Amino acid sequence: MASSAAFRICPTTGLKVNLAAEKLIKANAVAAIVFLAIGGLFGLLVALTRWPAVHFLPADWFYLALTAHGLDVLIVWIIFFEMAVLYFASSVLLNCRLAGPRWAWAGFVLMLVGAVTTNVAVLQGQSSVMFTSYVPMMAQPPFYLGIILFAVGALIGCFVFFGTLVVAKQEKTYEGSIPLVTFGAMTAAIIAVFTIASGAIILIPTLLWSLGLVSYIDPLLYKTIWWGMGHSSQQINVSAHVAVWYAIAAMVFGAKPLSEKVSRMAFLMYILFLQIASAHHMLVEPGFSSEWKIFNTSYAMYLAVLGSMVHGMTVPGSIEAAQRSRGLTKGLFEWLRKAPWSNPAFSGMFMSLVFFGFIGGISGVVMGTEQINLIMHNTLYVPGHFHGTVVAGTTLAFMAITYLLVPLIFRRELKFRKLAQWQPYVFGVGAAGISLFMMGAGTLGVSRRHWDMTFADAQLPFDYPSAAFLMMGLNGIAAVLATLGGIMFVVIVVGSVFFGRKLGENEKPSYPEVPPSAVAVAHYGSSQSLRIPGTAMLVGVFFIAFVLYYFVNWKYLSEVWPLS
Amino acid sequence: MTDNERTGSDSSPVDEPIPLMQRVLDNPFLLLFLGILVPTVFYIIWGVIEITQIPIAE
Repeated sequence: MASSAAFRICPTTGLKVNLAAEKLIKANAVAAIVFLAIGGLFGLLVALTRWPAVHFLPADWFYLALTAHGLDVLIVWIIFFEMAVLYFASSVLLNCRLAGPRWAWAGFVLMLVGAVTTNVAVLQGQSSVMFTSYVPMMAQPPFYLGIILFAVGALIGCFVFFGTLVVAKQEKTYEGSIPLVTFGAMTAAIIAVFTIASGAIILIPTLLWSLGLVSYIDPLLYKTIWWGMGHSSQQINVSAHVAVWYAIAAMVFGAKPLSEKVSRMAFLMYILFLQIASAHHMLVEPGFSSEWKIFNTSYAMYLAVLGSMVHGMTVPGSIEAAQRSRGLTKGLFEWLRKAPWSNPAFSGMFMSLVFFGFIGGISGVVMGTEQINLIMHNTLYVPGHFHGTVVAGTTLAFMAITYLLVPLIFRRELKFRKLAQWQPYVFGVGAAGISLFMMGAGTLGVSRRHWDMTFADAQLPFDYPSAAFLMMGLNGIAAVLATLGGIMFVVIVVGSVFFGRKLGENEKPSYPEVPPSAVAVAHYGSSQSLRIPGTAMLVGVFFIAFVLYYFVNWKYLSEVWPLS
Repeated sequence: MTDNERTGSDSSPVDEPIPLMQRVLDNPFLLLFLGILVPTVFYIIWGVIEITQIPIAE
């Protein structure tokens, strides 16, 4: 076994890559993609059942598949990949050894055992309580135990990350402040600690309740603290995928952030305020005061939204500045037109940014507003929103950086290049379609968790508008497209990692192209230029869309809730 | 002084004090503390206090 302080030199960037960290990055990324494949398959089954003309699964299998889909993609795929991001952003970008690689492996094993345990519990059919697992619905004890083990493993991974920051500082492997990508990963790790602590506070008593050792869990208390975990876990994703956006901008274009200070302040807004957006799940609970609801959503959450809007401008802005410095200065958009759209790392990242902002971001603010939340609370609008953030945003961003990790960390040549060029578009359009069509159905009132939107066996019949059925059919088609994109991704990555040509020790990968200036990803420093007229125009379009959509919802509220 | 020039006291011609905000942002454990404190106080503790004040049905 290699020493934990053994390194190799990356022939592309010149960065020292710690071999122990590299193995952990590989293991976590592989586990992530396995669970993405499993969770994605369950997602297809859910979408085919929600497609009224297909209505594929019976009710009990639908809830089983929905539970497995939620857990595998919202928690397991994402957090395994985030562990890979944490080890990359600490050890590799800071040029230092990983702190406690044995602890990191222990964490990995716990996460794997926990994920398998929960999946087995769900597949046994007695734990179809969905991702939220609201009490008094009770799952089998292994369901809760598996999530707890997974969370403990992830917590160990977070502390290995913080330990590595200490090692890098003590061993002076960097000067001044840590790179921005590492700062973004640190933001994700901080939110992860809060997330996991919230999970432990509520899931340990719930495990004891399922074992018969605790007699009662208050449903409102459960729901409140559970969302401290359930929603915050998705805020880990936001921080991690924003860090990934900055990383890809640096590695593909050599782009530096427009302003390190501004971008770090935006991450600080995440650290302080992003987690409290959990409260939007409680906006119709009568037990909470308006002060608690409004502070935690419409007031303080907006500071986190401000952070996202800053990143939404500075990431494309940094790319524009880098492209203009290469002479692509014609008009507003030559820098964007001549961007490497056939490089899946760039195309995936840019679509992730656009979809996250326009679909996930705007809808998140709408749902966080107490009054207009009433239009779509607990409807399919909610999964529509988080498919915009987690699938079209985070998953697409993680897929994009995988195209760089395969040659740089796995040291394999990327196979199926033509397929790889198309994959982000197929998956991105499918994921964006899922989000938009579910949001459309939700706006028309379709419930988020119901197996049969026709209410065929209901005593009192109820009909949704016919447009809602159209939306769910289109959602099914979009889900098939996204699944196709997911299968393409798995085929490309598994094919490359296991059957791709091994790159020589000093060989630079030819595809996707990574310029020597990619080393900017590991350094502190702002862009020399702030001339970004194209990005300013895009930001203007975003604001117009944001304002229009926000006020359209107020208008809609006045129509569905007439007051005389 | 630009961000690119600022990489710690070694590269600075004058030994300027590091600004407070930068010291905060360079301290991961302070940020970890704040990142747990703020949501714990405003979301969880405040929320749990409100739940405990709901009258019990008779």
